[in-house]
Formats: sequence, structure tokens, C-alpha cells
Amino acid sequence: MNAFPKKAALPANAVVVSPEERSIVTETYLPEVGRGLAVSMKHFFQNTKEMLRGERPDPVTERLDPGISTISYPEQKRPYPERFRGVHRLTLREETNDPRCVACLCCSTACPAQCIFIEAGEYPEGDKRRGYERFPVKFVIDELRCIFCGYCVEACPCDAIRMDTGAHATPYDSRDQFIYDKDLLMAFPGRDGGHASANPRHEPGDPTHPGVTREQGSH
Amino acid sequence: MNLVFQLIFALLKILIMVGFLFNVGALLTWVDRRQSAMIQDRIGPNRAVIKIPGTKIEIRALGLIHTAADGLKFFFKEDFIPPNADKLLFGLAPILSMAPVLALIAVIPFGDVVDLGALWKFGCEVVPGHPLTLDHGQCFDEAHKLVANASIFRYWPVVPRFGSPPGGLDLAVAPLGIGLLYIFALAGQGIIGAAIAGWSSDNKFSLMGALRAASQMVSYEVTIGLSLVGAMMLYGTVRLDDMVRWQGENCWGIFAQPLAFFIFFVAAVAETKRIPFDLPEAESELVSGYFTEYSGMKFGMFYFAEYMEVATSSMILVTIFLGGWQLPFIHRDGLTISLGEMSIFHLAVPHIWVTILQVLTFFGKVLVVCSFQAFVRWSLPRFRYDQLMKIGWRVLLPLSLANIFVTGCLVLGAQQASDGLQAGLKIAADVSQGLVAALITALVIVGVFGMLKPRKKSTWLVGSSANAAFARGGTKETAMQA
Repeated sequence: MNAFPKKAALPANAVVVSPEERSIVTETYLPEVGRGLAVSMKHFFQNTKEMLRGERPDPVTERLDPGISTISYPEQKRPYPERFRGVHRLTLREETNDPRCVACLCCSTACPAQCIFIEAGEYPEGDKRRGYERFPVKFVIDELRCIFCGYCVEACPCDAIRMDTGAHATPYDSRDQFIYDKDLLMAFPGRDGGHASANPRHEPGDPTHPGVTREQGSH
Repeated sequence: MNLVFQLIFALLKILIMVGFLFNVGALLTWVDRRQSAMIQDRIGPNRAVIKIPGTKIEIRALGLIHTAADGLKFFFKEDFIPPNADKLLFGLAPILSMAPVLALIAVIPFGDVVDLGALWKFGCEVVPGHPLTLDHGQCFDEAHKLVANASIFRYWPVVPRFGSPPGGLDLAVAPLGIGLLYIFALAGQGIIGAAIAGWSSDNKFSLMGALRAASQMVSYEVTIGLSLVGAMMLYGTVRLDDMVRWQGENCWGIFAQPLAFFIFFVAAVAETKRIPFDLPEAESELVSGYFTEYSGMKFGMFYFAEYMEVATSSMILVTIFLGGWQLPFIHRDGLTISLGEMSIFHLAVPHIWVTILQVLTFFGKVLVVCSFQAFVRWSLPRFRYDQLMKIGWRVLLPLSLANIFVTGCLVLGAQQASDGLQAGLKIAADVSQGLVAALITALVIVGVFGMLKPRKKSTWLVGSSANAAFARGGTKETAMQA
């Protein structure tokens, strides 16, 4: 039985040339050889000229132009899009350079890859923050385990973890080098070069946010 | 010329020819890669680098270092011999495939006969324009009286256009009287290396490749020989330098024997086992054909021999069909533009400059033809094996036989022709020389103006990364991380 009973329809613009109809010139294969060589030479001379004149098309902004559009990685890099999720960073408080993180564990809870480990610590007795917020004694991200989903960033109530470094994890040669600890994560700058977050942080007592207070149970 | 000088000159010529061949062989591996990259809109390999210790200088030399890196790699790789292989023949095969290529170039002339005494001469004069006789560093006037206050100077003489001096230096390693026949004899030896390599490897793919190589090369050997018979009849000699001289006085072989040129070119590509006739090493079918089992420098020799074959076939092509060392209108006595019997322009050029120009012309032509072969290699798909045999035996062979027949008739006709017709032929030959000159000039002009024309740019900003790159003024190079 024929597996393909229906004959495939030809495209509307198809031109059928049977072997009998080919002219002797076509049969010699020479016109096409000439045409092929012409195409090769056109590309060769144009590309050589552009290389020699140093005016190769820019691989990103002029990538649809004819010519060589190779990106010579790693010397040349395609800029990542604005919303690219890169390596994590811990944002800092402007006034103290402490991490904004309050060790609420929202990010490590949200993380589907379970790559975030946080050990929360209490502020010492007498500190004004004690009892109101905590701080991360350890904040470790396994960048090899991370799937760069961005859930941690969305889960964070304090805008303390962000993925706006614009860099991907640098390749290392051993796995333990991919375990990024708190100091390293705090050292990464954002795309704007700063270590803070664009979203302002409102401390208790901020007159623009009268409801924020350290008094427990008052709200 | 005494024996010592003969030996020195012979060694010098061997050095030039073999040095050129080896360097071109290495260069062609680079040309193959970079030219293919340019054809296919890529950059091509440029990563091999020589770092100068203590500095930040990195030499990449457009990727030429890859050639040296390849050579080093070949030397340090394991020299594997299959356990059941014939060890003697297995080791012999690469040598057998490389040696004929090297021996082949002995007869190829890369310049006209050099009159060593006429390269430069010394003269002396008191009044400018009235040379005196110079003998052992002393000047004599017409009456053989010593002239004390004459100044000795050096000048570059012009030699006559026809007739070379008996003691002249042939610019060919071995200017044999049987030149072309020697080439036929040695070109046939290339088969042996491929066949032995495939047979001794104890590998089915190798054997298939060797069989293909042998039958293909034997088939196209016939065509190569027959296609050049027409040229032999036309030039009336098998001496290669006489052939080149004929082309300089009349017209280039490509105009006199266009069909033979085409047939020879196709057969030469088939003979060098390169695309579109690379059936013996067809990667998709036979891994890499007859040298599948080879590794290390033995593989390197096959690889290198292939590129040197390209260079030698280009040399033969240039010598027989593209005028060898001749440039249009440039003869031994300088630039002479003429049409038939009528001389239009004459400029005497010293012998030494003509010689240098001719030698450079020959090697330049060889490089151009090599580059064209690379274009062919990167443009055409591989033939099927039956198509290859069909082209060889049913198309090219009859065509070359017909070429012999037609050439024979025409040569006989031209010999019996009236003086008027022969003068017409001479004019046609000069017109062909003019055509070549015009074509070269046009290509140079087009090339220069093409280089000066800037590229038409159009910017396409698609996505935020393109916007970011555009804001930075293009995709900039940044320092390497880690």
C-alpha cells in the first residue's frame, strides 16, 4: 500500500524543468559554475575590502548589512538587553553600606532551585533595629544551581537582591568558585555602577512615610 | 662559467624553487582558510598568537601563525601505525606522494635566460656621452693610450631581444630538452603514493579511497597528456622555456588553445584531488579516504603535498597557457608595443630590471592561479563518482582528441598560408597581447577605485541590546575577564 497516496502539490511559483527540456548549455554545467564563482568572488572582494579598510559592519547595530557580522568574543561582546537577568547582587543601604537584606528568607523560599542559603542573625542588644529586623550572617548563592528565573528578586520585600549587574557568571575551573558569598554579592555593582538600589528605602521616622515605626504591635 | 659557479647557481635555483613551493604550500593552507572565510562572510581563524614575554605585544599576523601551529602540532602528535598495517609501505607512502611534487618543479622555468655578463657593466669617460674602453680598471682611448683622469662608472646595459648568449644562466633548476615529457612522467607518480597509502593502511575506507584515487588519477592523466599535445604541436617544442618564449613573441596559450586550457585546468584540479573532484577523500563517505589511518607528520605530508600539488599544477598552467614569465609587450630588450610589422612604442629597459620583473611576474601569476583554484574549491559541490568518470572519459577525453585534430589542421593551414594571412595572424596575436594588457590595467583600476569607495552603511536597531550598543557607539572591544 502506498504510504503517501496524495501527490504533494507544487508551490504556486514552481517552474518544472524536465531533463529533456534542459538546453545543452545548461547541461554543460558551465553557466552555473561561472555564476557560483561570481558570487564567491563578490563576497570575497567585498569582505576583504571591508577588512582592509577597517569598516566591517558592526555585529549588533548593522547586523543585517551584507558582510562579516562575527562577534569576536570575548574581546567583543554583544551588550545584554536592559532587562537581562545577570549575576545577583545584594544592594546596600546608602548610609551604612550594610546589605539591605533583612534575612526574611522570602527569596530562599521562593527559589525553585533552592540555591540560596541564608543564616539570619539578630542585631545585638541595644541596637535600634533589634527585634524589628534581622541581618544575614551568611548569604550564599550557588550560581551553578541557579536557573536565573528571577523569583528571588520578585519575592524580596526590601529590594535587597537584584539581578541587574548586566554580567553573566564568569567561567571558573572549579565548582566551589561558583558559590558566591555575601561579601562577593555585595561587591557587584549594578548596571548604573552604584551599589544602592534605585528604589529609596524608608527608615522608621521618615516624615514622608508616617506609618513606618519600630514599635512592635503598634500596627 | 666554471663548475663551482654552476653548482652555486644550481643550489640557488633549487633554493628559490623549493623555498617558493614550501612557502606557497604553507601559505595555501592559510589562503584556503582565510579566503573561504571571506567568501562565506566569516572572519576565519586568527586565534593562534605569539606572545612576547614581558610585554603585552601579541602577534597574530592575520592568522598566519596557524600554519606554524599546524606544523608544530603535526610534529608532536602520536605517529600511529595500525597494528595490521604494512609498516614499510605505510611509512613509504607519504614520501612517495610528496617526492614527485618536489621533483616536478625542476624543469619549470621561472625566468628568461640571464646574461650574467650583461646584468651590470663598468665604463669610463672623461666627457659625458663619450665612453672610453675599460680594461682591468684602467681607461684607454681610441688610440689605446692610457687616460688617467677618466671617471669609472657602473651602468645597466640593455640586451638584444632575440638570441640568448651561450653562457647564459637558465632560470630553471634543470632546463631539460624533454621538459613536458618529464612532467608527464613525474605527475603519474602521484598515484603510487595514494594507492600504497590506502593499501597498506588495513582499512576499508582507506582502500576505497585509494581505489578511487588510482582510477581517477589514471583517467585524468590521459586527458592531461592529450590536452597538452595541441600546445606541443602549436609551439613546436616540448622545452618549457621555448614554449614560454613562443608565447611572448606570439600570443599566450590561453588564446591559441582555449579549449586545451579549459580541459587542462579541469583535469589538473581532478589530478590534485581537490573539490569538486575530491572523491578519494570524500569526508562524508570515506572519513578521509586513503589517508584515514595517518596521523602526525605523515598526515601532514599528505596534507602538504596536496597544497604543493596545487602550486605545481598552477606553475604548469602558467608556463604553458598563461605566458610563463612573460608580461604583454615586455621582451628582453624592454617594452615594445607593436601591431604586426608596425612598431608603435619602444622603451629600452636594462636587462637586470627585465629579469627581476619577469621572475616576479611568474611567481605572481602562480599565486593568482592558486587563489583562483581556491575559489573553485570553495564554490563548487563535489561530483558523484560516476559523474567524475563520465566527465573524464566521455567528455574531456573526446574533447582533447578533437582539440588535437583541429589544432593539427590549423597549424598545417597556417604553415601553408599566404604571407597576408600570416601577417594577419601576427596582428591578431598582438591584439591578444593588448587585450591582456588592457585587462590587467582595467583590473588594477577597478581594484583601486573599489578600495577607495566606502561601504554603504545602514543601521538596524532591533532590541534593547542593539540600542545599548548604538548608544555606546558600536560593539566595542572590552578587556577579557578571568
